[in-house]
Formats: sequence, structure tokens, C-alpha cells
Amino acid sequence: MKDQLRVHDVSVSYYGNPVLVDVSFTFTSGNLIGILGPNGAGKSTLMKAMLSLIPNDKGSVEINGKPIKEVRKQIAYVPQRSNIDWNFPITVKDTVLLGTYPKLGLFHRPKKEHKEWAMQCLEQVGMADFANQQIGELSGGQQQRVFLARALAQQADIFFLDEPFVGIDVSSEEVIIGILKRLRDEGKLVFVVHHDLTKVKQYFDELVLINKNLIAAGPVQEVFTTENMTRAYQRPFSMVEGSEVPL
Amino acid sequence: MIEFIHDLQTYAFLQKAFTTSIMVGVICGVIGSFIVLRGMALMGDAISHAILPGVAISYMLGINYFYGAVLTGVLTAFGIGAITQNSRIKSDSSIGLVFSAFFALGIILINRAKSATDLTQILFGNVLAVRNSDMWLTLAIGGLVLLVVIIFYKELLISSFDETMAAAYGLPTRLIHYAIMFLLTLVTVASLQTVGVILVVSLLITPASTAYLMTNRLSVMVVLSAIFGALSAVIGLYFSFLYNMPSGPVIALVTTALFVLAFLFSPKQGLLVRKLKSANRKRYA
Repeated sequence: MKDQLRVHDVSVSYYGNPVLVDVSFTFTSGNLIGILGPNGAGKSTLMKAMLSLIPNDKGSVEINGKPIKEVRKQIAYVPQRSNIDWNFPITVKDTVLLGTYPKLGLFHRPKKEHKEWAMQCLEQVGMADFANQQIGELSGGQQQRVFLARALAQQADIFFLDEPFVGIDVSSEEVIIGILKRLRDEGKLVFVVHHDLTKVKQYFDELVLINKNLIAAGPVQEVFTTENMTRAYQRPFSMVEGSEVPL
Repeated sequence: MIEFIHDLQTYAFLQKAFTTSIMVGVICGVIGSFIVLRGMALMGDAISHAILPGVAISYMLGINYFYGAVLTGVLTAFGIGAITQNSRIKSDSSIGLVFSAFFALGIILINRAKSATDLTQILFGNVLAVRNSDMWLTLAIGGLVLLVVIIFYKELLISSFDETMAAAYGLPTRLIHYAIMFLLTLVTVASLQTVGVILVVSLLITPASTAYLMTNRLSVMVVLSAIFGALSAVIGLYFSFLYNMPSGPVIALVTTALFVLAFLFSPKQGLLVRKLKSANRKRYA
């Protein structure tokens, strides 16, 4: 069955200042979706509102007609790297093992099979050799791969990644986008907050373009246009084929 | 030292002090690990100071100080939370604001109750005066704290490390925060007689920080921290008994001595070890 995620009329404000206003869109599984917009456009806020991590003033987020709070275990979230305490006393393999916690539930401890599964996920991102290192000893790209492995360990249907490509090396970026595309092909629904405009067409099938309001949502070729981008970023854009970069 | 062991076998009051010290050291070390990792060191200091008015009111009413202390401890945790969430005041300021008010109130109340000697004991600890009821209270609190940490270890780990992920998969992270505050209050009350309110923070923060410098695994950190805590408390008791000193300050200095050793010589993080390694690297480069 295809999962459907519907964001309906969502508004969010911080201390009375509107951050998101009346945002609506719907996507079904088997898609890799980029959430795009200038700095301060509310990209991360949108993702947190979709996950129901922050209260919204109005509107709703539903998965197959159910509120998000009822289907949390179907969802995996990869936070921005800057939100993590990299000095925390935890090894790479124990970090990935955290991904098995949601489905374990209370009072159950990870067993041998869970640890083996965590190692398999670590192998998928090419980080198995680092299993026993402390997470702070890794490079930025390696850290991001470990957190993707943790999301894989959750065996979720819907994935949310907040700025996974910021400050990482080229090979890590290739590994991560490869896995995200594979997840899409397996019929998962993947949302990625993103701000590097150069690779939008290579990476995503669908886009959500926001700047407080929804500018456009849908297939990349329809959304990623000079007109839309100019409206979102409020400055002129040149959308020459192959070099979609701001002027 | 041999004399101390002999006295330990002879005197009941010393046995009670010994048992209580070990338990206090262990639970402070365990809860302290989570306090340190969650960046709540100041919160630990706040709760310990803020139980003072509760203790004073309990004395006035003639009930066990446990009830009043837990009440004001919990009030403090909620008060700090309420100010942080409902205003632009930052968390460290609201902590300072609330606990200084409670501590001040406590000192006035204790003066009113006219028990100056008690005040010194509450502030600085007197482990040798531990009564039977205090010991059992400490053991009961210790048992509860250890049980909760063992049962919910998984949830404590993930909510301390990545609170957003914990919330995203449906853990009640705010409830966990207040549960930790509650355990912290219990631990502080249990430590009252051993270290006193002013220096509880040393037993909460220092052994955990020492352990933090020595390992890359939370489970190992918690165990090491418990061991350092118990060791400090027992050594503190020994000197307190031998030289008739208040136990709190002695324990605090022992925890610090252990920390300095780890700071200099820890195989992973020690200052000297790191310097030596980089010197070697330069030599063979």
C-alpha cells in the first residue's frame, strides 16, 4: 500500500512572529522530495511541524488519514549535525543501535540480532570499520553517514533529513544520496531539507519551495523555475539548463 | 587505617555512616552522570540549595525532613521550567533566580526555628550523626534510583544524547526531564547528612566528570562514576572521623583530587598523555 503524507493549512509562529503561513501539500511514497527555500524561510520549522515536534497554530499533518502522533514508529528523523553533542560517550555502533529502540519499546533491551542488524546498516553506509570509535572522532561526512545508518536501522517508511549535505565531503555525499535514491526506489517517502541549489535537479524528483508561505510544491521541472525561484529568494535568478545558480 | 577498620567493626554509628556514605556516593555518581551529560550541572546545584526551606519547615512541623525537602525540590524544578518556557529569560538565569530565592527563604526559616547547630549540619554535612532512620531512608532512595535507572536506561540514554529523535519516535521527553529532576531531588535529600546541601553538587558533578574523561561508553561512565563517588565518600568519612572535620568539604576535596588525576593522566583525555603523544608524533614525524 502506498503511504500518503498530507500537510494541510499548517501555520507556525514563535512568540507571535509567523514562521510558516498556511502551508499545504500532499506526497505519496516512492518519492524523494527536497524542501527548499532561502535562509530563515522556515525549512527546518516545516520539518519539525511535520513531525509534530513543535506546536502549530493551526492545520494538520496526516499520514494515511492518521495524525502523525499515532504513526511515529513509521518515521525516521536525521537531525542537523549541529544539534548533536559529538562529545557524548557513545560509539559509532551504539549510535546506530539507537535506531532499533523505537520498535523495541519499553522494558526490552537490544539483543544479538539487533546488534547484527545495526552492523548491517553501518556496512550499507560504508562505516563498519569505524564501529568502535567514539562519534566525535569522525569527520563531518562520516558522522552524517552514521546517522543515516541509524535511520536505516529504524526500518521506517518515511524519512526526514535536516540539511544532511552541509559541510560534508564529496564521497560521503555520494554515499548518502545513493542510499536515499535506493530508499525511494524501494517505495519509501523521503524528505530532505536542502539549500545547495546546484544539485537540485540531480537529487530530487519533487520539491517543496517555501518562504514562510508555500511558493510551489510538485515535480522538480514545474517548481524549479525562474519565476518561482525569484519569488522565493526575492532576487533575480538565471535558470540556464545545467547551471541553476543564483545570479 | 587498621585502627579505622577496627573501629568500623566496633561502633554502630560508624557502620551506619559507612553504609550511608557508600550508597550516597553510588547514587550521586549514577544520577550525576546524566546531569553532566544533559548539561544540567547548575540545575543540580539549584535543587540541592532549594530544598533548604523544605527542611526548615519539616523541622518546625516536627516531621521527617524528607517530605518538606522533596516538596520544595519539586517546586523548584517546576518553577524553573515555568519561567524558562513562559518568558524570554534564559534557563541559567531562571535557575539562579529561583534557587537563590529558595535558599534565602530556607536560611531565614532555619534562623526562626532557632537551631543554628542544625544549620551547620545541613549546610556542610555530618555523616557521623547519621541515625538509623536516615540510613534506611538513604538505602530506600538508593534502591529506587538504581532500579529506575536500570529499567529505563535505554530511554535515559537516547533522551540525553538526542532528545529530538527521542521525541520524534514518541518518547515523553518532558516527562523524562521532570522524572530526572525528581530523582535528583531524592538523591539530594539522601545526601543531606553526608555532604550537606552546599556541596552535594561536588558529589553529583565531579565523579561523573572524572568518569567522563576516562571512557567512550555511557554504561562504563555510569559505573565508574558510581565507584568514584563511593570511594570519595568513604575516604571523606575516614578523614572526617580521624580529624573530626565536617564530612562534606572533605568529600568534596577527595572528588576533586580524583578529578585532577584523571585530568592529567586519563589514557584517553589526560592532559599529560595528550602532550606526550603529540611530542612523540613530532619526534617521529
